[in-house]
Amino acid sequence: MTITVKFFASLREQIGTNQLKLTLHTPLTMEQVWTSACPNTPLPEYLLMALNKEYVQADAIVKEGDEVAFFPPVTGG
Amino acid sequence: MYSFLDSPPPILLSGDLFYPQLAQSRVLIIGMGGLGAPVTLHLARAGVGHLTLVDSDKVELSNLQRQIIHTNQDLGQWKVESARQKIRQLAPQIQIRLLPCRLETDLLSEQVSLSDVIVDCTDNFNSRFAINQACLYHKKPLVSGAALRFAGQLTVFLLQESRSPCYHCLYPDTPDMEMACHNNGIISPLVGVIGSLQALEVIKILLNLGKTLCGRLLLIDAYNMQRRILTLNKDPLCPSCSTKSPSKLLS
Repeated sequence: MTITVKFFASLREQIGTNQLKLTLHTPLTMEQVWTSACPNTPLPEYLLMALNKEYVQADAIVKEGDEVAFFPPVTGG
Repeated sequence: MYSFLDSPPPILLSGDLFYPQLAQSRVLIIGMGGLGAPVTLHLARAGVGHLTLVDSDKVELSNLQRQIIHTNQDLGQWKVESARQKIRQLAPQIQIRLLPCRLETDLLSEQVSLSDVIVDCTDNFNSRFAINQACLYHKKPLVSGAALRFAGQLTVFLLQESRSPCYHCLYPDTPDMEMACHNNGIISPLVGVIGSLQALEVIKILLNLGKTLCGRLLLIDAYNMQRRILTLNKDPLCPSCSTKSPSKLLS
């Protein structure tokens, strides 16, 4: 099954792409999606996540056709 | 009354010349930097009658690139004083209170209780969590904006409504990681965009107009000019606002 993974803002810079497709053989959590999508980049300690445009926690389960988005904390002003 | 208040404001919907609710409204703006500057200028021009401005810093040269309420002549002044002078030039009838200090718990709580809407324009998580707690305690609407580098975030918490998420639902306990604009840089017009949108949401809340961003989080990635709106639900296990969690409200 295929999912879409999107990276926003500084994560896009860090990963070097704003989007990739990922083929899964089993349902994964959001956290496991990060590890599969970016095997060379450790999961950031502070990371915000959305599943199908809904804000979720790291243990949310990702299924076929889902869209996962990762974005960084922002506090500047 | 000044002429800009006599002519129809851009938000005019009903044929009224002026919204008296705004003249009666009290808004607390915390942070008079990149976000607070456009928030203040817009709310003053919109006719909000009472503004309380908070910032413990003085104007520095490095601020001027993005903090559009301050000018070269204000260097070394309290930011809140610099802002007051600009509001005075626009609308001398606005009641302004200045707090050139950090808002510790008691003072923060008092100021929040006196306000109709609170605008978070700060640059660190510590302040943001404290403001959230005070707004939860007093059940006040909170308009929260943030920007860094090319990334902007904006949302609204209508904390007078029990179904609203709060800032702690969005951000779990997160330490400050040197994420202020002066450490990481900011593409300066972006704070203007986010701050202007904060002012827009404040006016909508005060006039009970339209649909606010409560329950939704706006993300802007200005580098590729992409924007996304996420659904943001109340976290049933939120340590601050969930009725199932131990209360950590102001003690």
